This record gives sequence, C-alpha cells and structure tokens, in this order.
Amino acid sequence: MPGLGTSFGRGGATTAQTDLARADAILIMGSSMAENHPVGFQWVMEARERGATLIHVDPRFTRTSAMADIWVPLRPGSDIIFLGALINYVLTNNRWFDEYVRHYTNATFLLRQDFKDTEDLGGVFSGWDEEKRQYDPTSWLYEESPEKETRGATGTAPTAGGHGQRGGEASKSNIFIKDESMQDPRCVFQVLKRHFARYTPEMVEEYCGVAQDVFLKAAEAFTNASGPEKTAAICYAVGWTQHSKGPQIIRSAAILQMLLGNIGRPGGGILALRGHASIQGSTDIPTLYDILPGYLPMPFFDVGTYTWDKYLEKHTAQTGIWASYESYIVSLLRAYYGDNAKKENDWGFDWLPRVTGDHSQLGYWLQMEDGKMDGLFVIGQNPVVGAPNGRLQRIALSKLKWLVVRDMVETETASFWYDSPEVRRGELDPKSIATEVFLMPAAGQAEKSGMFTNTQRLLQFHNKAVDPPGDARSDTWFIYHLGRLLKDKAARNRSARNEPMNALQWNYPTEGPTAEPKIDEIDWEINGFTWTDRKLIKSYKELKSDGSTACGCWIYAGFHPEPTLNKANQREPKDYLGHGWGFAWPNDSRVIYNRASAAPDGKPWSEKKKLVWWDEQKKTWTGLDRPDFDLRKSPDHPGDLRNGKGVDALPGDAPFILHSDGVAWLFVNSGLKDGPLPAHYEPLESIISNPLYPDHGTNPAAQTKQRPDNPYAKQPNDPRFPYVLSTYRLTEHHTAGGMSRTLPHLAELQPELFCEISPELAGELGIINGEWVTITTPRGIVSAHALVTSRVRPVTIGGRKIHTVGIPYHWGWKGMAQGDVANDLLAISEEPNVRIMETKALVCNLTRGHRFPDGAGALEQFQREIQRVA
Amino acid sequence: MSTFIHAMNAPTENPDIHSSHTTGFFTDSTLCIGCKACEVACKEWNDVPEDGLNLSGYSYDNTGSLSFSTWRHVKFVEGEIKPGDGGNSGNHLSWEFSSDVCKHCEVAGCLEACPTGALVRTEFGSVFLQPDVCNGCGYCTVNCPFGVVQRNEDDGRAFKCTFCTDRQKVGLEPACATACPTKSIMFGNLEELREHAQSRLSDLHGKGMKDAQIYDPKDTSVKGLHAFFLVRGDPRMYNLPPKPEVPIVYQKDAWRSAVIGSGAFLLAALIAFTGSRHSSRSQRKVSARRSRA
Repeated sequence: MPGLGTSFGRGGATTAQTDLARADAILIMGSSMAENHPVGFQWVMEARERGATLIHVDPRFTRTSAMADIWVPLRPGSDIIFLGALINYVLTNNRWFDEYVRHYTNATFLLRQDFKDTEDLGGVFSGWDEEKRQYDPTSWLYEESPEKETRGATGTAPTAGGHGQRGGEASKSNIFIKDESMQDPRCVFQVLKRHFARYTPEMVEEYCGVAQDVFLKAAEAFTNASGPEKTAAICYAVGWTQHSKGPQIIRSAAILQMLLGNIGRPGGGILALRGHASIQGSTDIPTLYDILPGYLPMPFFDVGTYTWDKYLEKHTAQTGIWASYESYIVSLLRAYYGDNAKKENDWGFDWLPRVTGDHSQLGYWLQMEDGKMDGLFVIGQNPVVGAPNGRLQRIALSKLKWLVVRDMVETETASFWYDSPEVRRGELDPKSIATEVFLMPAAGQAEKSGMFTNTQRLLQFHNKAVDPPGDARSDTWFIYHLGRLLKDKAARNRSARNEPMNALQWNYPTEGPTAEPKIDEIDWEINGFTWTDRKLIKSYKELKSDGSTACGCWIYAGFHPEPTLNKANQREPKDYLGHGWGFAWPNDSRVIYNRASAAPDGKPWSEKKKLVWWDEQKKTWTGLDRPDFDLRKSPDHPGDLRNGKGVDALPGDAPFILHSDGVAWLFVNSGLKDGPLPAHYEPLESIISNPLYPDHGTNPAAQTKQRPDNPYAKQPNDPRFPYVLSTYRLTEHHTAGGMSRTLPHLAELQPELFCEISPELAGELGIINGEWVTITTPRGIVSAHALVTSRVRPVTIGGRKIHTVGIPYHWGWKGMAQGDVANDLLAISEEPNVRIMETKALVCNLTRGHRFPDGAGALEQFQREIQRVA
Repeated sequence: MSTFIHAMNAPTENPDIHSSHTTGFFTDSTLCIGCKACEVACKEWNDVPEDGLNLSGYSYDNTGSLSFSTWRHVKFVEGEIKPGDGGNSGNHLSWEFSSDVCKHCEVAGCLEACPTGALVRTEFGSVFLQPDVCNGCGYCTVNCPFGVVQRNEDDGRAFKCTFCTDRQKVGLEPACATACPTKSIMFGNLEELREHAQSRLSDLHGKGMKDAQIYDPKDTSVKGLHAFFLVRGDPRMYNLPPKPEVPIVYQKDAWRSAVIGSGAFLLAALIAFTGSRHSSRSQRKVSARRSRA
C-alpha cells in the first residue's frame, strides 16, 4: 500500500468502518462497497440515515450506487483526471483547510531547483531514464535534504515490490527549508497548484465522460462536508488498486484528504477496503517476497542492502518511529533464530535470503512458464481462475515437477492437468504433463483457530467450532509439520546450504491426537517477549536492539500482553469505535494519526469533531480513541528535527510519527517509483490516447511483460478491440469461487457467468438479453450470457461513443455454478510499485453467439482466432 | 365436510393474535442493499434446498419468486438510470431491492382454507404450516392472496416461511432478520414496528422521497399483515397486489347465494309441486264434477 504508506507513513486504512457513521459525506470510488463489503456497509448506511451525503463514482450503476445520493459514472481508467479535478477544485476555490495544511502537511516545504514536473517535461518528472525505463528520484528530495549514502529507496529498487517501510529511506527528510507564506514557486503548495491546474471540470467532461454539472454536484457535496465542524471520508477497494497506476490513484485521494484536513479525524480518513478477510494481515505478516513482518524490507542486492551495516543504515531514520529500526529487525531475527542469533553473527542476518529479481506472484508465473521453477505450494488460492491470463497460468503449471494444492474442495488449479480448457481443446495432454499434483484437504475457518486482520487493521481471533473432517488439517498444522520435516532432513546434512534451516528455531508445542500446534505459543511470539525471562511485552516501545527481546511482528506488539489475555479475542465493544472488540494495530488506535484531530495547540478543531486532545491539567493526551502519539508529549514540545533522535525529535504538533519530518506528504520525496505526484496516464490498453501528455500514453514506469504468451492490443485504439472491458465481483460469490460455487445456497444466486452491456451496445450488435455473446482479447476468448441493462452506459469521448463491457470473474469449470474463466481475458502486467495487474480497464471485442466449443477442431479454431486478433 | 365448516364459520379474527407476544417483520426496502443474506440465512437455518441453478437474465434475481423452497426472496426492480442521481435520490426509481416473505396475514387465506389443521396460528401471531400434518390437498396454495404458499411437487406437501418459530421459542430472532446487515429487515413487537414504520415514512417524505409508502392492507379482508413493507413506487412492482382479499370472503357470499339459490329452487319446486297437486286436485274436482255429471 505505498499510496497510503508514502502519504501518511503506514500502509493501512487510516480509519475504521464503524467511524464512517460519523462522516458528513462519504465518497466511494474504486469500490462497490455495498456488494463486496455488505457488512461494513451498515455504517455507511448509518451515516446516510444521519444525513451524510453518499457519493458513488463508478462506471456501472451498482448496488452501491443504488444506495447513494449521487452517482457519477466515469470512463474506466480516468480516475486520476476526476480526482485531480477535485484537488484543483479545492485549490482554485479556496476550499482547503488552511491551518491543517500548513501544520500537518509538507505544503510549506521547498523543493530542489532541479525538480521538474510533468507539466514542464510533457508527462514525466525529472529523473526519468528513458533507456532503463525508471526514475532516479534524487531531484524529488526537499531542498537541503542530504542524500543518503545508500541511495535508492526500497520503492525505487528495480526488483522491489515496494511494500516496505517508507519515509526517510532515500534521504534525511527531517532536514528541509520551509516557506511559511506558501508563496515561493518552489514550495510544495505552489507546485501542487501548477501540477493540477489542467485538471478542470471541462477536462472531466471531455475525458471522464462526466457532465460538468454532475462533477460540480459531487465536488460541492464533498468539499462542503469538510472543515473544522465537518469531515468527509473516502472508501476504495481493488477498483483503484488494480490499475497500472493504482497507488497514484490512491495518492490523489490522499492529497485531497490532506488538503481538506480529513486525516486522523473522526468521520474522515481513507478506508482501504481489502479484497478478502485477512488481506491486511497478509501484508502485515506478509505472503509477499519483498518484505518481512511489520513492513521491514528484505535484503536486496540491487540497492546494496545485502550487508547488515548497509541494511541498517539504509532503513534507519534519524527521527520518528523508524529511528528504532534496529530494535524491530533484531527482535524479529531473535524470534526466527533464537539463541543462534548473536551479535557476532549479525543476529543471523546472513541466513535471510537475498532478493535477486522480480519474485512477485506475477513475475514467478512467467518464470514458471519458462521452465525455471520446480514446485509450487498453492494455499488458499485458486490462481488458474482468479489470476490474470489463465491460459498462461495453466500451461505454466504443466511445466512444474510438483504442485501442492491445499483447499477444502478440488479446485480448478488442482485439476488443471485433466479437465482444463487446454486439455479439452487438446493443447495440453494429461499423458505428457509431468507435474505431480498433491491435493491436500484443508480445514475451513470454523474448523481451526486463528486470527484475521481485517480491512481496518483489526486483529480478530476466532476459535475452532468443530473438528475438521477426515484428513483435513489447519494451515498452521501443515506449515508447522512441513517445517519440522524439512528441518529433520536438513539436520542430517549440516552443509552450508542447510545452515539457515538448521539455525531456524521451530519448536512449537503441539496438542491433541493430530498434533496441532498450540496457537497461543505462536501468538506470544508474534506479540513479543523478553528473551531471558519470557515476559510478554505490552508495546513495541519495549523492543530492544541488543537481542534481549524477540518479536515476530513489531506492529502487533501488545495484542497479547499477558499469557491469558488475547486482546484479539475480546468481544465486548465499549464505545462506538469498538474498543474491547479485537485489537487494532498500532496500540489499539482505531483512527490512526489521530493527533491531527486536535489543532496544533492540542484542543479539538471543534466540539462536534473531537477525538483526542491534550489534557492540560493531567499533562497527557486523552480522548475517545487511543492516542496515536506520545502520551506525555505536550503540544508545544519544540522537538529537534535536525539534531534530535527518534520520536522525541518530532515536535508536539507533528501527528505523522512514521515520517521523519512528522507531517503528511502532499509531495512524496521518496518511496514511489512512478513519480512524487499523481499524473494521469491511460490504461496499458486504451481506446484513446492520453489527452494530458500525448507523448506518454501509459504509465512510463509500468511493466507490460509483453511476450508471445502475454500479448497486448495495439496502443492506443486498436480497431480490432473497440470496447472497454472491466472485471469485478458480485456479493453472491467469493473471489475465484472455490468457497461459493460449491455451495448450493450461494451457487443458485448467481449460477452462471454473464456479462453486462448497455441497451445501446446490444442494439448496435443485435443482441437480445440472455443470449450468448463472446468476448475476445489477445489473450483469450470467453463466452457468456449477455445481461442487457441501462446500469451500464456508454460515455462519449471526443465525439465517439465508448462502450464498456462488464464481466464478473467468479466462475470456472468445476463446482455447481460454472462458466468460462473471465480472467483468461486479462494480461499479466505490473504496476511499478506493487506489481499488480490491470483488471479494471482494458480493451476487448464482443460478438453475438457462443463460440469455441470443446472437442475436435476446437484448438485449431481457437488458435486461428487468437492469431487473427492478436 | 371440514371445508364446509370452515367456510361457514370464517373469516374470524383470532382473539389471541394481539397478545404482547405478537411479533412481526417490517421490511424497509429503502435500506435493502440487495445482498440476499436473508435468502441464504433462511435456507441455511431451515435446511431448505436450492431452487435450481438457472440464470434468469432478469437483473440479479435468479431465484425468481417465493416458493416451497424459497421463503425469503429479494426482488430486483430496474428503473431509470440517470447520471448524477444515486438510488437514494428522491427524484425517481433507479434500482430497487425488496426482500419478500410470507405476510403472516391477520386473516390468513391459507389457514382458513386448510382442511387438516396443518396450518395453525402460533403464540407469536404468525401462521405456521406443520408439514407432518399437511396432506397435500393444495387448498392453501390457491387461497393465499399473495401466491406465497406452494406445494413441493415431489412430495406433495406445501411449505412456506415458518417465521422461525423454533428460533423465536428460544428467544432468538428469525434467521433473515439476524443476517440482514443494514436493518432493512426489522423484527420485533408488531405494534411497535408499525409505529416505527409511520415515523420512518414521515422522515422519508420529509427528505423528499414522496413515492415511499407503507404496504400493510388493513382495509381489505386480510385486515393487515404481520410482515409488512415500506416500498417506493407502485407496490405491484414488488409482487404486492393493491387490494389483496382472502378468497373465502367470496366463498361466504357464494355459500349465501348457494343457500338462497337452493332455497329458492326448493321453494320453486315446492310451489311447483304444491301447485301441481292443487291443479290435479282441481282437475280431480273437475273430473269428479264430470263424473258426477
């Protein structure tokens, strides 16, 4: 989440779903929250019923639009134009929250002489290397900020995914010059004004397809609901992240909310709605290749962080929370390697693998297709249905030596070798596939104990209700015993290669007839404890860099402060923010950066919008939420950014304590690979050319991964693919369908694949509601029933009517509810910061009728069609 | 014979209906997000089978209507879509969702028609169908003014919403209301719900949503619903008839007509009979006279 991470410090939602009920306006964009987060949507409904204005910006009229006061349909992929125009609206109509902006953002900071904006360079920022297709971000630093010796932030390493900690990696951003008048043309505020000057309502009308009066209606509703007495919130989901510029769309929202003073305040904030139950958890304790738990970056070769000293130097900030970086990483290594971690061996740092290339999920599927991988574990995922370019994925699986799938049912991923479309077409032959497939039965969530970390950083423990049937086991059981067996094997061969495995501490006690690991022991390790006397710690502030503490995930420290007290398992909410129900990291603050809910002097901005404040009598911060701030630091604490150390160096009016300058970043001086400010680029496949920067049609730093098995339409405006394609989900199914297409009560609600088209497009092509249509992209061909509805509508861009084809992606060839795999249509592509594919805006063709049946001749027909169109 | 008895006695209001235990559903469609959690929760709790895997092509509704195997059903009504207006704008209908259910009528056609006593009024004021007593005659299905009750053609018996009587007996709310994330389905004391509905309606009218109305027909022979609705626009769009009547109210008239008709027929026959006797007597008199003459 570098969009939020670079803007505010932490890669997580800044607010809680319950807090939405206090909003005066809610903008939902890049999400159909009512459909995909129906339970959390109750607080949006509560806000609406209390009088808040609900605005939904979405190409389709969805179930969320049906609940909204204002629906704004826009062309898929034009989000930054729309949000940029909102920012420009705030800046040109004097709607920003002046005191908030001056004190709590870097608006007053001066930029370097050599910084050049996209407006100066026709679509790229200074530092662009056309040959390497990447930025050198040095010129984005503040005036006078020294460059660090280990230059290049995690976010700028070519191989990095960019999930890591941010703020201060590339520079010492605690050193800067301010222009309090905000008039200097090089100050961030003026740069911002110039950058967004061309994002006007006229531009929105022309290129988003949104009439100016509709845009202004939304702009007024949202900005009127902001200020000392009012707050407005923004909710987004994968409708923003799954673009070739997703983090920059989120950055636009962050800039808007900073200008309006809506971060860290009740009813404000940005709620990142996650794709499923523990997606936040799976970046906090990551299933990613580029970070360790708690957003500590992995060691990389290409930014020189492969030695302990360089690693520490690069990631340790002088000021703010990251000043204690060494405590976090040493405690983690202590938890990993136990007594084997010693100061003499750099706490076992050399046992960590080094990242040598793009090992992201999409990156390694291409390597698998190229025969460079031997085996794969697929746990809780059904990639051949849920991931882009399904045909490539299925063929790639056939190149493995072994594949382990753990699931509750036999998914399409487990059965690709005998019943996939490629087998049915004769493209793959089961007899010649050497992949050995192991299907292991997995326990469902009610059949195991464990923890989810949901969309609002909330840790929620769940207890096992029933034993899993037969041989089904929990994931904890599987990983623990797999590790145990691998360690046994490594112990028999103490070679250098096996050293990390032999050093690993892996002695969790087990219980019961199936030898299930005791989950408490794992939770204690995640929480952290003192190494010698095994006392659980209560806060990350207790972590030490001398090896005297162990902690599996420093941001979770304190959720299990006593052996019998698991705060994640508490179920008694005491207030509207839900304290007493679960545990929100960090420190159970439900709205983070909440120091910003009070003015610089420590008093709430208004009585109506108070959240935390400074109690002058008791000399402490107090309020309705746990203060996300040093409790004893008075508002007039001067701090010493230039010479001080740690959090103490930050002044008493600096709410963004992860940033080494203590403020939110309107302008990101380090940590993003595709620019310090958001700029509009067209999707990697688009019907129109970029109206703002004709020389740079698409995000220059994005990677298309174009190759014969991952082909693209010509860019822009390929006449063979005249329509926009957008994929999405429905309430009735769960992602790739393994847990919903197999259940009768869910399967019957959406029993088959369909696509949604407008009556205008149906009329042009002579399509009747319910009949078969076929959608084609250079990657794949999918047949679906047409649902003709005026909820999907064409937009007129440059006098041309542009039609959108909408298609939900839940179906596959197994289970009760079946259909073609919609994701076969998508390309593998990588947004530069998080390496995510573009699913929300690409191009396609659509024709009447069902094509490409299975059986004889199907393969030839398929290949002919692919070659004709590709 | 029992039908005859019912028809002659009914319709009568059950004196026990309005005890303090009388509970109801108030389904407010302006709060419904169309998630169908009610449908699924109902089927899960009551172990109702799936209804067939058929893509209807009609909006997002693939279960169609209430049936023997669908006791909660979310209706999707597509209207006019206009940029700038969300569905909560009072200007026009755009995409409406409403969760339909058995109405548990104050005067229930199904109950009045049931010959076996399978349909009973519970202590909660709801209408409960006991499947172990049902003989599958199907009289209830044609006597429901809303088309709610349906027979399972496989086993012959009729099924419908139980109002989660089993859950209510142990102090739990019905499954659908429990699962509803936005309080579109409210469960509680019937009279309190009716009061709440009135204030909700005036709120909505105050906000400019002039087409909102409560559907709870009290002026027809059903005399009000224990599961009533707040909907926008014409209730017929949600499968709610404008003037639902308990069919047997016509049966009463029909029986009266039948009684009057048959009485008249008897009378006519009697008259005819006595008349002919009279005339034959006269004839006999005549003949007697003649014979005398």
